[in-house]
Amino acid sequence: MSEYILEMRNITKDFAGVKALDNVSLKVKKGEIHALCGENGAGKSTLMKILSGVYPYGTYSGEIFYNGEKLILHSIKDAERKGIAIIYQELALIKELSVKENIFIGNEPNKNGIVDFDQMYIETKKILQQFNLDINPNTLVKNLGVGQQQLVEIAKALSKNANLLILDEPTSSLTESDVEILLNILKHLKQNGVTCIYISHKLNEVMEIADTVTVIRDGKTIGSDDVKNLTQEKIINMMVGRELSQLYPREEHSIGKEIFEVRNFNVFDIKVPNRRIVKNVSFSLREGEILGIAGLIGAGRTELVSSIFGSYPGKYSGEIYLEGKKIIIKNPNDALKHGIAMVPEDRKRLGLISLMSVKENMTISNIEKYKSILGTINENEELLDVKDYVKKLSIKTPRLNLPVKNLSGGNQQKVVLAKNLLRKPKILILDEPTRGIDVGAKYEIYKLMFSLVQEGISIIMISSELPEILGISDRIIVMHEGEKKGEFENKNVTQEMIMQCAIGGKE
Amino acid sequence: MMVKPKDNEYKQYVSKLGILNINMKLYTMLIALIAIWAIFSIATDGNFITPRNISNLLRQATSTGILAIGMVFVIIAGQIDLSVGSLLGLTGGIAAILNVWYHVNGIVSILVALAIGVIIGLWNGWWVAYRNVPAFIVTLAGMLVFRGILIGISKGYTIAPLSSDFQFIGQAYLTQNSGYLLGIIAAFLIVYLVLNSRKTKAKYNLDIPPLGIDILKMTFLIILVGLFVFILNLYQGVPLSVLILLILALIFSYISSKTVFGRRVYAIGGNVEAAKLSGIDVKKITLILFAINGLLAAFAGILLTSTLNAASVSAGQNAELDAIAASVIGGASLSGGVGTVFGAVIGALVMASIDNGMSMLNSPPFWQFVVKGLILLIAVWIDVVSKNK
Repeated sequence: MSEYILEMRNITKDFAGVKALDNVSLKVKKGEIHALCGENGAGKSTLMKILSGVYPYGTYSGEIFYNGEKLILHSIKDAERKGIAIIYQELALIKELSVKENIFIGNEPNKNGIVDFDQMYIETKKILQQFNLDINPNTLVKNLGVGQQQLVEIAKALSKNANLLILDEPTSSLTESDVEILLNILKHLKQNGVTCIYISHKLNEVMEIADTVTVIRDGKTIGSDDVKNLTQEKIINMMVGRELSQLYPREEHSIGKEIFEVRNFNVFDIKVPNRRIVKNVSFSLREGEILGIAGLIGAGRTELVSSIFGSYPGKYSGEIYLEGKKIIIKNPNDALKHGIAMVPEDRKRLGLISLMSVKENMTISNIEKYKSILGTINENEELLDVKDYVKKLSIKTPRLNLPVKNLSGGNQQKVVLAKNLLRKPKILILDEPTRGIDVGAKYEIYKLMFSLVQEGISIIMISSELPEILGISDRIIVMHEGEKKGEFENKNVTQEMIMQCAIGGKE
Repeated sequence: MMVKPKDNEYKQYVSKLGILNINMKLYTMLIALIAIWAIFSIATDGNFITPRNISNLLRQATSTGILAIGMVFVIIAGQIDLSVGSLLGLTGGIAAILNVWYHVNGIVSILVALAIGVIIGLWNGWWVAYRNVPAFIVTLAGMLVFRGILIGISKGYTIAPLSSDFQFIGQAYLTQNSGYLLGIIAAFLIVYLVLNSRKTKAKYNLDIPPLGIDILKMTFLIILVGLFVFILNLYQGVPLSVLILLILALIFSYISSKTVFGRRVYAIGGNVEAAKLSGIDVKKITLILFAINGLLAAFAGILLTSTLNAASVSAGQNAELDAIAASVIGGASLSGGVGTVFGAVIGALVMASIDNGMSMLNSPPFWQFVVKGLILLIAVWIDVVSKNK
């Protein structure tokens, strides 16, 4: 019997030819808190999904040993039976049900199929007491704070006798005091012999509670060490330490005067309207400039730009100045009329109308331009523009009236870009413009961005990939938990400096 | 020089596959309709296919057909309207009350009824678009409310007889000669439109479809028009109500496929979030859609009242369900973004054909419900299966 409760050996997993994990190994000692660190998209979540049965045995290569025996999981249920429980970033609780019902969902105590709510209540009370949680088991989950919900979720996992608990960014939406409670509970669990894998990029938390740290980067294990031998700087180095490759076709372009300014933007959570997710952010943009916005997931970047564009569904406030004049943007249409266009982060959900054709998707935002008598679309004019942009952006499609869902990710993204460019914007906001597309298409999109700024268009680009931020931007602002933590002219800036800022450290 | 062949490739794809693809669904529906007609013709020893019966069949299809035109728009946008049956009854009833009880001129009564249709449609649309109440609920409420108002204002009486100008719109036939004249005008229009489209395409330096295909298309359409007029002229001529259905179908088909408004409706139904981000005023368009649906329900109500020469409290009961079924049989998807006006009209014809054919066979009325229900089920099932392939 080894001291390890879990050994994952040489795990490789690819998605449609793209390697998400490449020979990753992870060894977790019994009873420890093991932190798993890495940038967004490094492969942490994929690895944990394998461990929890979301990606079943056979969809990856490599071996997993759990308590000394080979682990073969066909489903999440299998993993639960083995005592492996995962708690996701997004909560998996049913908001309209009570705490007790959530804890016992799928597992309800019953007599002949009739739920025994009294027993459920008593059991729940017991479980909550273990955590010193003063919550009435009958409370609806939606009436709890996010922190308490998180704790209920952990209680739920432990009620299934989990002895390996996986927490995926558990503190990303918690307040300071809730984080404190959570960390204390984890310490308490450790004393009771529960092993815990803790995924986080909040390194101060990692330093506080972890025994061992493993760092993953680009789907590979970079290193694993006792926390005693590590510092935050060392971990950051391991997380980002990669060479900037020749992926970024930087082209010279002149930057003009200031054209666009955002002052004191505050954005509030949709579900918890008094929680600020963007705090007093101000920035400016110059003509022909590419401004990169760096930060970790949950830093409030998407919320910031969608509020600027007028598409954020929750509350927000702040002032916007375009060419020195204050403008009011109430909805995306206002933004587009002022020459501000946005390519959203979630291409499928927000960017494309999947049943409509390539052509129709490209012109839907600009359709007024082709309006002639009686509101008729001048389809010939439309087709000319479409062909022009298909050529300009080298969109590969067998025909123009093919439903856009049939294109590859990169070409779909180009269609969304074309849609926005047809509006002839002055300011173009790109939210994760290269997410989920292959290297070749990325390169073409970078090329396009540079040719746009050469035409005098100004670009705001959100990216979670540091090399991309550094390879493309003229200037970089870094956000951390809703605040603007740093601003850099892109000269002699290193990935380490930005990462330091993004995790809330000093500049 | 390298660009040239690529460009041509696009042109070919756009012209050939494009036209065929869009019409594929329509063709299958047409074939299904013809199959239904063939079955009934054989079963009734040819009585089904007589000019007299075809004329009746088309007249029977008008009110469902007109409702389906509006309904398919609403469905394409991802909404639903359950109130049009009651609205049909109410607007027909109001027109009849004005005309019969208050001796208002037929034309004026009709115009008032149409205006009321629009206003009630706006009411529905306002609740859906600006008060965010689900369309199902708003229009279910409307279904009850409008029927209630109709019963109240008509005091439960059947209102008849209408003045002759009111009767005219639902009962008149075009004379043989004006029928042929209309056919000839339609033929010229078809030729003009096709040739004109070729000319403007040439002007824009875009690819022109092969002349052969266009000639084939024109011939097919002209034969269809000719057959339509000829057969109906063998009986009493082209019914005015059927002509109204055709004109409305043409107008709204044009709106859905050729105008900015139509394109936006499809976009909203396809992905409302993406539509919003593309700068589309979703609320305004939803409001207009329900107003259009109210207008068309009023048209249907007036035609039905005029055809029957009476308005009754039960007019249009369950008509909304027939309209929804017609739209869906015609290829619309209740999840939005898909559907055509002509498909919906053909769907209405399918429904009317089943009613008509089965009553000719003297089968008990309950069978009509059973068969229509099953056809709806199977039509959607075929659609689901073909999509999954």
